[in-house]
Amino acid sequence: MIPVWAQVCYVVAAVCFILALKGLSSPKTARRGNLVGAFGALLAVVVTFIAYDIGNLGWILLAVAVGAVGGALGARRVAMTAMPQLVALFNGVGGGAAALVALLELSEPARAGIERSTGFGDFAWFALLPGDLTESEISRMVEILGTGSLTATAFTALIGSVSFSGSVITFLKLQELMTGRPITFPGGPFVFGGVLVAALGLGVWTVATGSVTLAIVLALVGLLAGVLLVLPVGGADVPIVISLLNAFTGLAVAAGGYVLENALLLVAGTLVGASGTILTRAMAHAMGRSVSSILFGAFKGGSTAG
Amino acid sequence: MTEGVALLTVFVLAVFVGFEVVSKVSSTLHTPLMSGANAIHGVILVGAVIVAGTADEAGVLVVALIAVVLATLNLVGGFVVTDRMLEMFGAKRPGPPSAEVAAKEDGA
Repeated sequence: MIPVWAQVCYVVAAVCFILALKGLSSPKTARRGNLVGAFGALLAVVVTFIAYDIGNLGWILLAVAVGAVGGALGARRVAMTAMPQLVALFNGVGGGAAALVALLELSEPARAGIERSTGFGDFAWFALLPGDLTESEISRMVEILGTGSLTATAFTALIGSVSFSGSVITFLKLQELMTGRPITFPGGPFVFGGVLVAALGLGVWTVATGSVTLAIVLALVGLLAGVLLVLPVGGADVPIVISLLNAFTGLAVAAGGYVLENALLLVAGTLVGASGTILTRAMAHAMGRSVSSILFGAFKGGSTAG
Repeated sequence: MTEGVALLTVFVLAVFVGFEVVSKVSSTLHTPLMSGANAIHGVILVGAVIVAGTADEAGVLVVALIAVVLATLNLVGGFVVTDRMLEMFGAKRPGPPSAEVAAKEDGA
């Protein structure tokens, strides 16, 4: 359990995020709102380094430095017209980070409890096929993590992956590295439906067994689902899909917060998920379209060609 | 178990705050708001740091550090790019919303 003062700081950070969203909703306060949000994020990260017992400190600080320099340079140097695709890219890597955090969290008790019985040591990740676990090991795994946490973990792995691959496709479309026209193929809706059913089945299976391997397969199916979700969307509608994927990443982060029992991640992710949903609808509305017609319109011949 | 219920309560309340807080956004601010919200979920960095900080195997640490880099890109890049958007915004329209914007909002 982290100290009370740190939890209070997390509350302050959460309030900063709420004020940031509020500020960003009005032209006069937008820029200040963004700065308040940045302050909240800085506070949260600094407090995390102090309050948790963080090992591997040098490596982590190096990784933070790499990400910070890369992010700041990218954001500073990008052409004004290329900003939407940069936002899409940032959203995608955020989703990817959430998915990785979930997979790692799942591997934690797996390494502690099951490693010895498979005899693969460091390669336990790849040896954790469902068949490798005995009944008692499975029940122990589910007992350690709890069904709620396992469900949230599977959700984060899936939705984070969808957001990652979907964002990459939106980036490619806006950057004109691929056609901005809707890409459809015969039976597309059925393939997409099949992938969703497979994801649901795998998700339930992951929760039942706590298997890391299954969770990785689930994440891979999520990558496929993200691609299939965005391909049929026309270029002019892409910004609305970026907003939708932004809300997805928010929800993935919220579920990650549930897994880590970190209230700040839960609040921040949920705020973005909820406000992102409202924003997506507002953006679609401003273009005189509905979100479902944007996502599935190409199959009926109603999407914009971009 | 009560911990789970407490987190669920926080989740439900945060959904309503999230809905409410952006309900009156003007349409010119759609893109910066999306970008700002995008930066906020970069706070998954906190989760990535916690996981990386407890990693005791090289393989796990490498994956966790990748997550740290990705999350930091999202967090830092997100706030910087939003600020740049708004900077441009402020320079372009120092006064009250233009007629074009007002017309757009009426139509919405």
